[in-house]
Amino acid sequence: MAYTYFPGCCMHGFARHCQDSLYAVFDALGLELRELPEWNCCGATTYISVEENQAFALGARNLAMAEKLGSEIVAPCTACYMILKKTKDHLARYPDLREKIDQALAAIGLHYEGKIEILHPLEIILRDVGVKGLKAKVKKPLRGWNVAPYYGCLIARPYALSEGFTLEAFDQLVPALGANLVDFELKARCCGGSLTGTIEEVGHRLVYILLHQAKLARAHCLVTVCPLCQLNLEAHQGKIKRRYGDDVTIPIPYFTQLIGMALGLSEKALGLEKLLVPLRWELAEKAFAAREPAAA
Amino acid sequence: MAHPTFFKKVKYEKELERDLAAEIIATPGGEKILSCLQCGTCGSACPLSVYMDYTPRKLIGMVREGFKEEVVTSFAIWLCASCYECTVRCPSGIGVTEVMYALKRIAIREGIYPRHFPVPVLAKEFLKMLKGSGRTNEFWLVLRVLLKTAPMKLLTSWPLGLRLWQRGRMCLGSTRIPKAANEDLRRMLEVIEASTGGPLKSPLPVTVGAQPSGGDLKKAA
Ligand code: SF4
Ligand code: SF4
Repeated sequence: MAYTYFPGCCMHGFARHCQDSLYAVFDALGLELRELPEWNCCGATTYISVEENQAFALGARNLAMAEKLGSEIVAPCTACYMILKKTKDHLARYPDLREKIDQALAAIGLHYEGKIEILHPLEIILRDVGVKGLKAKVKKPLRGWNVAPYYGCLIARPYALSEGFTLEAFDQLVPALGANLVDFELKARCCGGSLTGTIEEVGHRLVYILLHQAKLARAHCLVTVCPLCQLNLEAHQGKIKRRYGDDVTIPIPYFTQLIGMALGLSEKALGLEKLLVPLRWELAEKAFAAREPAAA
Repeated sequence: MAHPTFFKKVKYEKELERDLAAEIIATPGGEKILSCLQCGTCGSACPLSVYMDYTPRKLIGMVREGFKEEVVTSFAIWLCASCYECTVRCPSGIGVTEVMYALKRIAIREGIYPRHFPVPVLAKEFLKMLKGSGRTNEFWLVLRVLLKTAPMKLLTSWPLGLRLWQRGRMCLGSTRIPKAANEDLRRMLEVIEASTGGPLKSPLPVTVGAQPSGGDLKKAA
């Protein structure tokens, strides 16, 4: 089955390792991604801070083009995912806005129906492969790994997940890979987004709170579902260590990197060497060895 | 302009700017601010409220009453990270996040924001880049914002840039979409601009040099 794929700017920039792993895992699961040609930036949560109506035009152009190709669009960045959902929601609820956007789309020969579904690859994997299906494909179970899932804000807020999914349903993918699910209380707490770059003192604090909690919960890694969170949580660990005098070093894989490892895909195909905080198979072996004496 | 912590407790009717509430009510998400219970759920849920000068609850209350100056010069609106905790928890169905966006827009439109403050500069540069090439590139965006707000920060930021570069995660090339597609996009934005009443009224003056400071609230000259 082929899905229309909306990469978003990150996946073509600093998060190419996330994209590599996404393609590799979809391929291994027999799913195909077809990139939406000529897609434009969704505007993230930034454009609307300056211009309101135009912000919806950005999403609408992508949705209108995707509608010509199928009934679904897949967005692996939770900011893109939320913005596309918000565009769909607002165009359905605000006729004045809809009229303006329709006019603008008509000026470039596009038409938007409003029927397209926006999905995150996590939803695709859970819906079309399922926990059992995934388990059946695991070649190298992540035995002994304590994995804390971190979802951040925008995958579950302000719009509900599709098909009645919950974050707890997503959590089940972790044991399916053979790993121990860490009950990570802060899994939907904000990482601060671009505050790490703009108001650093506050941004670092927000990231620190998450990393510290993950460490307390004895997680070996914190797995993310968004390239923005992924960068935010790994890039500032050094500065945070210096600022708070607390070593919070912890690998932050994108979720398809982790799935790919369990599926036995190569580290190169998954872009693991591109992570700022390395994640290697040795980690699993060490963690497993550490567990051994306790079991004996 | 009064510093926010010294705002007057009582305002005379003629000092209140009632247009503010009207503008927010006309914004998708802000329609129901008159039903705000002032319960404080939004501020309790907000992960940034402890750093804010006014909590989201207080901002909504002040918007309703017409305390425009205090609201648009607040530090709080720039701290909002669009996490939507407030919005999903508000018992009155108020899109608090959308109200925060609207307040940022008003502040940017009227040129009111702390000098050398990176949040609005980032937003403006982001727009420029998006309109120019249809997509955004993190590297050039960060570089432009740093040059305009705190060039000295380049000294502390380059190690991260280097680490990303070493791992092939820095994309210095152009990420633009094909020319015809970019023109389509710009055409769309123009049509919308024409239907909503022109471009921004005042361009943001930006000065290079000083470090960003949250407390340095000045009306841009
Ligand atoms: S949660 Fe809603 S009703 Fe309560 S103070 Fe905030 S905006 Fe008002
Ligand atoms: S969206 Fe903004 S105001 Fe609302 S809870 Fe998040 S940071 Fe606070």
